[in-house]
Amino acid sequence: MNRLINNSKDLILASANKMRWEIGESLHDSIIEAIYKDAEKIASRVVIKDQAKPKFDWDSTIDRLVTSRVLGLPIMVLLLSVVFYITIVGANYPSDLIADVLIGKIYPWLKSTAAALSVPSWISGVSIDGAYLAMAWVVSVMLPPMAIFFPMFTLLEDFGYLPRVAFNLDGIYKKVGAHGKQALTMSMGFGCNAAGVIAARIIDSPRERLIAIITNNFSLCNGRWPTQILIATIFIGGAVPAYLAGVVSAASVVFIAVLGIAFSFLVSWGLSKTILRGEASTFSLELPPYRPPRILQTLYTSLIDRTIFVLRRAVIFALPAGVVIWLVANVKIDGISIAEYFIDSVNPFAFLLGLNGVILLAYVIAIPANEIVIPTVLMLTVLVAKLHGIGAGAGVMFQTDSISDTASVLQTGGWTLLTGINLMLFSLLHNPCSTTIYTIYKETKSIKWAIVSTLLPILLGFIVTFFVAQIWRLFVN
Amino acid sequence: MFDQSACAACPAHNINNLVKLGIDMKNFDYVVALAGNPNTGKSTVFNALTGLKQHTGNWPGKTVTRAEGGFKYGTKKYKIVDLPGTYSLLSTSVDEEIARDFILFGQPDVTVIIADATRLERNLNLVLQVLEITDRAVLCLNLIDEAQRHRIKIDDRALSKELGIPVIPTAARQNLGIPELLKAIDEVATGIYVCRPHRITAEFRKVSRAVNDLQKKISREFPGLPNTRWIALRLLEGDQKIINALKTGELQNLAVNTVPD
Repeated sequence: MNRLINNSKDLILASANKMRWEIGESLHDSIIEAIYKDAEKIASRVVIKDQAKPKFDWDSTIDRLVTSRVLGLPIMVLLLSVVFYITIVGANYPSDLIADVLIGKIYPWLKSTAAALSVPSWISGVSIDGAYLAMAWVVSVMLPPMAIFFPMFTLLEDFGYLPRVAFNLDGIYKKVGAHGKQALTMSMGFGCNAAGVIAARIIDSPRERLIAIITNNFSLCNGRWPTQILIATIFIGGAVPAYLAGVVSAASVVFIAVLGIAFSFLVSWGLSKTILRGEASTFSLELPPYRPPRILQTLYTSLIDRTIFVLRRAVIFALPAGVVIWLVANVKIDGISIAEYFIDSVNPFAFLLGLNGVILLAYVIAIPANEIVIPTVLMLTVLVAKLHGIGAGAGVMFQTDSISDTASVLQTGGWTLLTGINLMLFSLLHNPCSTTIYTIYKETKSIKWAIVSTLLPILLGFIVTFFVAQIWRLFVN
Repeated sequence: MFDQSACAACPAHNINNLVKLGIDMKNFDYVVALAGNPNTGKSTVFNALTGLKQHTGNWPGKTVTRAEGGFKYGTKKYKIVDLPGTYSLLSTSVDEEIARDFILFGQPDVTVIIADATRLERNLNLVLQVLEITDRAVLCLNLIDEAQRHRIKIDDRALSKELGIPVIPTAARQNLGIPELLKAIDEVATGIYVCRPHRITAEFRKVSRAVNDLQKKISREFPGLPNTRWIALRLLEGDQKIINALKTGELQNLAVNTVPD
């Protein structure tokens, strides 16, 4: 019986095969032709176009400008600069305000309440000095820049600008042997690298898709923008006259972002010439019409989707990280804390990179989320520099209520302009967060490529910061 | 014919296939698929229908995976699946295959095709391909506000007659036309509105005999299969996926179960 059924199925296939030979290969084309013809016929019957001379055509006028060969890239840089300038200048005041409430008012209240209830000191240490302060830090340092940056970025996205960025960069990607659509996945990476890695599914060729996945980390993500903005404000802005501070620090963040794009070209080129050799495939990219952004809706979604999402992630990871920081700072072997052991032992290496042991330890603790790098750095700096005057003791975050206080903490910790610059570079060039690494593994189903994607950027980061530090010391000192 | 349409009108007549495709149909009566060209506002329509806040973006290819949600209309609960945007269902890229397999093997109770009103002709290419596969569809003529801005008018009633399915003009960003769309989906799902989908009319003489011949053989082998013409065409083109589905007998799952009288 079974055999009979199989036979009749085979019979159908056999006759289909035979007829296919008789019909020839034109069938596919003639079906498509028929579809197009019908579509045209129907459209011509139901679409009524106003023949009157159209008003000024905004779409193509804007497109001629922002995708022009000469002006396209400068306009992109300019737009990004304006966005960062507004963010940097606008974030100062609300940052102070939030820190004043969370750290200046609530923190002492929590401490005194805990003392009044005679809570054991290690419990209040772990929970209030560790977890709560880490969280408060994240909120006060990161919320204001995010609440300004993300809505503006989302407005640009809604308006339809990002595909134009892709259009501008598409030619370069093709030249370096990658897929033009990588420009799109790269833009997605500016939001979140894990999302950018998933978005690489739009690329069909496995070779080009791998290149897109490995290089996505060179797009600064949500978690890293605040680091860039804060460090640029403190160190780059602090190094120039006050009236230039906003413009120059915004320009430096744009520089890092553009440097990231340059690295994604460079590494794509390197990969496509070595371990992922092959030709670039072609594709068509449709530029969507410009759409007037819905301001309120955008504010809402960028607040929920990005700001709150990033903040939530930061807080979730800041809580355990705060505990870990408190522990490495307070668990002592022979009177020296674990953190100090680590920091002291990597300091010589970190010095070569123009960084310091605190930063490297912070990047180890912050592997789960880039968002908590800065708070971790600050807590560890206080611990190492023993800033007892500011905080309540080792491993406890201190009361700072403005960006200038943050600056003074870092300067007391031995930071220089070079440390700031190299931290910005290292924040661009280091391993992806654990979520992204896991996503890369899931998307490629390969431990090898997950490891390559993790180690390659760190290696680049070491090389770049090393050379910057050496050259800096040669010429500046 | 009468029996078949009554059967197709049963709530989620095709639960087994849907479960196989990873759709949890536990608390739902009907399943609705959203198809359409890239950047026509599928995700915006999805959000408008479900009240979810899936991130939307003004660029093609934003949705690479299936998003799912649900809504209630009257007493019926609908599951809605947002498919990746594609220009056609004929070529072989992954996203096109996801969309095609879902419409073909998932047999959604209603397929809502989102079309960009400002680029109707090109969008119709996909609409016609979807109508070759399924006969329960609704055309959502989205971005009608933009079309007005560009002084394009569309006679939606004439279009509905041409295509044989309900055509609902919408501006999903402003929530315009969404109640009408919901009603149309419900009418098609419950069988109040019976679609008479447009089928490609162009006569390819040599082929029509072969198609008829194959169609007969296929319906003898798989009784109750609703879209034999399309499958015959795919076999003639040598579509490997369909050939395999025929070999393994998977095609039988597509048949509308014949209910004993």
